[in-house]
Amino acid sequence: MDWAQYYAQLSEMARAGQELGFFDNFFRLFYQAFIEGNRWQLYLRGLAVTLQLTVIALCIGIVLGVLVAVVRTAHDQQRLGRRSMFLSFCNVLCQIYTTVIRGTPMMVQLLIWGFVIFSSSRNKTMVGALGIGINSGAYVAEIVRAGLMSVDGGQAEAGRSLGLNYFDTMRYIVIPQAFKNILPALGNEFIVLFKDTSLVSAIGGAELIYYAKAVGSKTFEVMFPYLGVAVIYLTAVLILTWLQGKLERRLRQSDRR
Amino acid sequence: MKKILAFAMAAAMTLSLAACGGNGGSASSNKGSASASTPGSVSGSQSGSAGGGAVSGQQGSGFTTVEAGKLHMSTNAEFPPYEMLDDAGNPIGIDVEVAQAIANKLGLELVVDDMGFDAALLAVQNGQSDIAMAGITVSEDRLAKMDFTDSYATGVQVVIVKEGSDVTMDNLGEKMIGTQMGTTGYIYASDTPDNGGYGEDHVIGYETGAVAVQALVSGQVDAVIIDNLPAQSYVEANAAAGLTILEGTWVEEDYAIALQKGNTELMAAVNGALNELKADGTFQGIVDKYITAD
Repeated sequence: MDWAQYYAQLSEMARAGQELGFFDNFFRLFYQAFIEGNRWQLYLRGLAVTLQLTVIALCIGIVLGVLVAVVRTAHDQQRLGRRSMFLSFCNVLCQIYTTVIRGTPMMVQLLIWGFVIFSSSRNKTMVGALGIGINSGAYVAEIVRAGLMSVDGGQAEAGRSLGLNYFDTMRYIVIPQAFKNILPALGNEFIVLFKDTSLVSAIGGAELIYYAKAVGSKTFEVMFPYLGVAVIYLTAVLILTWLQGKLERRLRQSDRR
Repeated sequence: MKKILAFAMAAAMTLSLAACGGNGGSASSNKGSASASTPGSVSGSQSGSAGGGAVSGQQGSGFTTVEAGKLHMSTNAEFPPYEMLDDAGNPIGIDVEVAQAIANKLGLELVVDDMGFDAALLAVQNGQSDIAMAGITVSEDRLAKMDFTDSYATGVQVVIVKEGSDVTMDNLGEKMIGTQMGTTGYIYASDTPDNGGYGEDHVIGYETGAVAVQALVSGQVDAVIIDNLPAQSYVEANAAAGLTILEGTWVEEDYAIALQKGNTELMAAVNGALNELKADGTFQGIVDKYITAD
């Protein structure tokens, strides 16, 4: 059965205004949205860009977030008598960063990055990844900070009383335990970041939703492109959630004594 | 006390859900709420109308409109001089005034719904608005999805470039082209090279023509393909940046008013009114107001 021919027949009938049966119409719309003119390749291209954006933004976000969280925690855990000016200064910078980034919508941030700061850049992927990464960094900072604070104070005290300095206590005692608390929230942030890459289409980035809109505007049928893209996002998030679950289960093994 | 509080909050939430949900439910009509879900782009309703295909009224000469007594026109008010927003945020322009004249002839009140360009086309396809006037070009693909009145203007797609750049009509294929998503400029330019386009890789579809021109000014794209008249107003507005329009036309096309497919009574009424306006000179008068002859 020659699908292309069948599709051509169905489109002729639709153009003439004939009512098609449910399955015929479904096939026609599906073919038009995904197969005609090798359109599915556009979606794959968009998916590749989306994944690129996610990975780069995640790296930037985690690095920034951990840095900021460590500075904030170190400042908050200082003893009153021995405050460091430098640390207070860094702490203020970090607080400004988190407040501003968390206080403005992601779309506004991307528009500023794309049209104000990097207005002459043609590499939308890098600009978008930078914008999303910096945004994500602020949230990751809060998540990591919460994780570090959640470890019982007694652990840090025990470490210090054994003669370890601040950095070693953090590295060998607190952070490994905090990791388990951070992981669910971090996985959540990862998923949010993955979906937020769709906003890069506002600055002209050619990712998944951009191509869905492109196909929709060419064929004037938006249902299948949009639903198809939603299914793609959903599948990816399901895979990510499953991976996260596996990691958590491995880490939880040590809890059963 | 806690139980009473919990119950009161649950009731408040359920009531607010009921008020928001559903199309044209009696509780929510005419409360100036935003227009019903139009996929993709930014949408905003200009004059507190309910939108949605629920209420329709039977008019004297046999046509029905989405809302009784009103003519809903969906448009994208970022297309000078056909439609734009004045300083107070109200839509003005050739399309708006022509629609007002048509509405007067039909004894209806004009309601302008401003939204993204592809949203405006979808609104008339789905029956959320009666007519769509946004400098819409008549094309084969569009004819399959909606009905058009007689043409009321000729559009010409031109290419805007920066002064002194080396872009010509012939080497557009190697350059980055900016367009507005959903317009014929985008559709033709991103078509495969066999069909006379330049392929998806060389074309970016921005939200509006103004954003595309901004990208041109800042160097993100080498050229912008857009309709002639908006191109002229963008070039004027960006005089400091030194833009110019390439000689020669890229494509010529006809503008017409779009209606929902199959709405023959309203089409006949609108078409009749449009032709009357053309015949008695009102149409030309409106055009002359916005386009000083050059």
